[in-house]
Amino acid sequence: MSDTATMDSGPALGRRAFLKVSAAAGGGLAIAATIPMAAKAMAQGGPAELNAFITINPDNTITIIGKNPEIGQGIKTMLPMLIAEELDADWDMVAIEQGDTNMAKYGPQLAGGSFATPMNWMPMRQTGAAARHMLLQAAALRWGVDIASLSTEPSVVVHAASGRRATFGELAGEAATLPVPDPSSVALKDEDDFRIIGTPIGGIDSPKIVRGEPIFGVDTQLEGMVYAAYERSPVFGAKLLSANTEAAKAQPGVIDAFTVEGNGNAQELVDGVAVIASNWWLANKARSVLDVQWDNGEWASHSSAKYEEDARRFMAEGKPQEELSAKGDVDSAFASAAQVVEGEYSYPFLAHVAMEPMNCTALVKEDGSIEMWAPSQTPQGGQTAVAQYLGVEPDKVTVHITRMGGGFGRRLTNDYMVQVAAIAKQMPGTPVQLIWSREDDVRSDFYRPSGWHKLSAALDENGKITGLKDHFVTWDIDGGAFNPALMPVTEFPFNYVDNVDYSLTKMPTAVPMGALRAPTSNAIAFVFQSFLDEVAHAQGKDLPTLMLEIVEGAEAEPDTMGFVGPQPGFKPQRLRDVTRKVMEMANWGQPVAEGRALGFGYYWSHQGYFAEVVEASLSERNQVQVHNVWVAGDVGRHIINPYGALNQVEGSVIDGLGQAMQLAVEIEGGAVKQSNFHNYQLPRMPMTPQIHVDWVKSDHSPTGLGEPALPPVIPALTNALHALTGKRVRSLPIDTSLFA
Amino acid sequence: MAVRVKINGETRDIDAPEDMPLLWALRQELGMVGTKFGCGIGMCGACTVHVDGQATRSCAMPIGSIGDREVSTIESLGQSPVGQALQQAWLDEDVMQCGYCQAGQLMNATALLNSNPNPTDEEIDNAMRGNICRCACYKRIHTAIAAVARKEDTANV
Repeated sequence: MSDTATMDSGPALGRRAFLKVSAAAGGGLAIAATIPMAAKAMAQGGPAELNAFITINPDNTITIIGKNPEIGQGIKTMLPMLIAEELDADWDMVAIEQGDTNMAKYGPQLAGGSFATPMNWMPMRQTGAAARHMLLQAAALRWGVDIASLSTEPSVVVHAASGRRATFGELAGEAATLPVPDPSSVALKDEDDFRIIGTPIGGIDSPKIVRGEPIFGVDTQLEGMVYAAYERSPVFGAKLLSANTEAAKAQPGVIDAFTVEGNGNAQELVDGVAVIASNWWLANKARSVLDVQWDNGEWASHSSAKYEEDARRFMAEGKPQEELSAKGDVDSAFASAAQVVEGEYSYPFLAHVAMEPMNCTALVKEDGSIEMWAPSQTPQGGQTAVAQYLGVEPDKVTVHITRMGGGFGRRLTNDYMVQVAAIAKQMPGTPVQLIWSREDDVRSDFYRPSGWHKLSAALDENGKITGLKDHFVTWDIDGGAFNPALMPVTEFPFNYVDNVDYSLTKMPTAVPMGALRAPTSNAIAFVFQSFLDEVAHAQGKDLPTLMLEIVEGAEAEPDTMGFVGPQPGFKPQRLRDVTRKVMEMANWGQPVAEGRALGFGYYWSHQGYFAEVVEASLSERNQVQVHNVWVAGDVGRHIINPYGALNQVEGSVIDGLGQAMQLAVEIEGGAVKQSNFHNYQLPRMPMTPQIHVDWVKSDHSPTGLGEPALPPVIPALTNALHALTGKRVRSLPIDTSLFA
Repeated sequence: MAVRVKINGETRDIDAPEDMPLLWALRQELGMVGTKFGCGIGMCGACTVHVDGQATRSCAMPIGSIGDREVSTIESLGQSPVGQALQQAWLDEDVMQCGYCQAGQLMNATALLNSNPNPTDEEIDNAMRGNICRCACYKRIHTAIAAVARKEDTANV
């Protein structure tokens, strides 16, 4: 079938602009993009640039630009696959280059929200198709034939009637002189003819990685480069009083040390002391003699224990500060309920701990411009922030996008970019590489918000949910365009219950918060799918059966406006299909091995529908063991790169299990207690379960996979533990003393 | 006074304090950035190199303590048959997501197969538990190691 630019198929690429969207309140993530298709004929016989993304060389090799930052999600391979498919390129002759930060040239460059697939599915294909059209036109002119009589084979234009053939390389020089067609008017392939989309293709940079070649941000090496470490207060919100920079300057290898004043925005620059040395290890070591004095203010009294106590009190008092969303008459529903189910749930702060610690390299030049090598998920946002900080126009800030050793949402915030700009500004002409220690990373993160929920459901005599309440105790933070400490106003099953009241109480804090892979969903899925499991048990049924009943006969919900464009509405049929699929895969309802039990979890996030079943047991010492995880996912009718897709799902499952079983960041004295991998213990190889993945290929355009497979595995595990022990996990990470 | 270390078959003089960890000497004194910084306390394995063939955390090994022992790093991994086979298996299994930890994973896996050419699944798990992969590509790392072990095993029959 061929695609049309409906809302559900992602935004189509118009002649000049394919997307013009302003985010709602907050407005931090406003995107207005153009992809100019100006062709440029190069010198005769040289490379021919057919548009901003495609250059074809006379030897028939093709260079395609990967525009989005690569954090391990496979986007540097996947977006060029879309271009190459419609260009009808010979993939073996394609080289991929990372594009620099350039909104005018490439449009939005963002690694976040699993947005890349839905945002680029049409535009990248149209980019390839437009270039193919130019090659066909060039052949039609050369041979004096009708363009309709021409076709392509991989990287070759063919005139079947005469048997004439010309490679893309032979035609590219002529093609580049032709007018660029309106990309939205160019015909796309029949999707049945795809031969690159749907083919497993290995990561484009993998050969370099196994040889240890320098491709990550922290591998950047420049002539005369020096290294910076940055000392900041462990207590969030502290102000710098004094530091002994002279003592640091006397340390071996140290070139300079100076204080840096924050700009009042903790998302960008907090007070600190920079130490510069010929080797980062020497710079970092010299921090120990700085004797920094901080004014911690009121924040040093804050702790996780205090937050826990306050939150429990708010839930017990039962007087939320504000309404999130409500409908119907909840009080009447509870007054007339045949049965009421109640449960409190909570989850901790989490850190991102990408393997490559935060870093950035910068060179401030004599004219005040700055060149940066930035491992950032939002390099365009970083460019703007650095320009504002330095007081220069954004075009004075050149940002090279480097491969990243993981992102997980940490690198959506560009504090390290502003930090290195503040340091490099003091040393014009000298390239500076800022590196954070792992301790800096763990203790200076933008954490997944912790939260507490008191849920109540009113059931009638038939077991139907007639009323639903959630008192959500969360944080009073300035979330900007996206507040990770909230939840969707129509959080499921809001639209399927007549009387609902979701309310909030917000507590003050200086703990910085941000998006962690599958933000909000990674916590809310646990809360709501656990609670619905309780409701199902109260009705004497299981969770997948309850889920299917709740949406029985329901129609698709209307599309809405999301962060970066149209957001398809919830499609109950897709929930039904993944739920039934995973029940079949896991033999749900059939006996399982002695001492083991199954649990189910479902979630819809980032446009992907995932239902998962976990098979778990307890060891003799009551340690949780996960044996099998079955995953049924629906991200549309194509799995663009099956290799990358499977890798994302497997990683998401283990990531989620790690969060459920062993991860928490705690606050003590206003600072983070954890500091490195000995007390923030990521999953390791021996805990890897068997992971079985299958797809429901519903007839929707493909959407992203960086996130949606993560949320449901957490309640699937805790629901399995309930099935096994009768004990309800109400707080993460799982406290195994519950099973003693 | 320079510290003399033999790295990938070459004798290198490093002008740095003796207590500087090998990791930082490799990366920033010698410009060999294939060996990665992950935690600085020997807990993640990203910085794994071989010292006289033993998998060693270079973030916790002062250059002054190496002496006559020979260091080899990811940059020379392809020169050994097992290392080369593992590099190829990593590509065949499409092991990587972000790839940052993989130099350390490969160095550790090579040391494992050099000392135990035919490990059981449990032996692979135990030998690799010191290497964190934040993207959690563990299933593929395991499969790639097992595939090379099987191949080597067949070759020896």
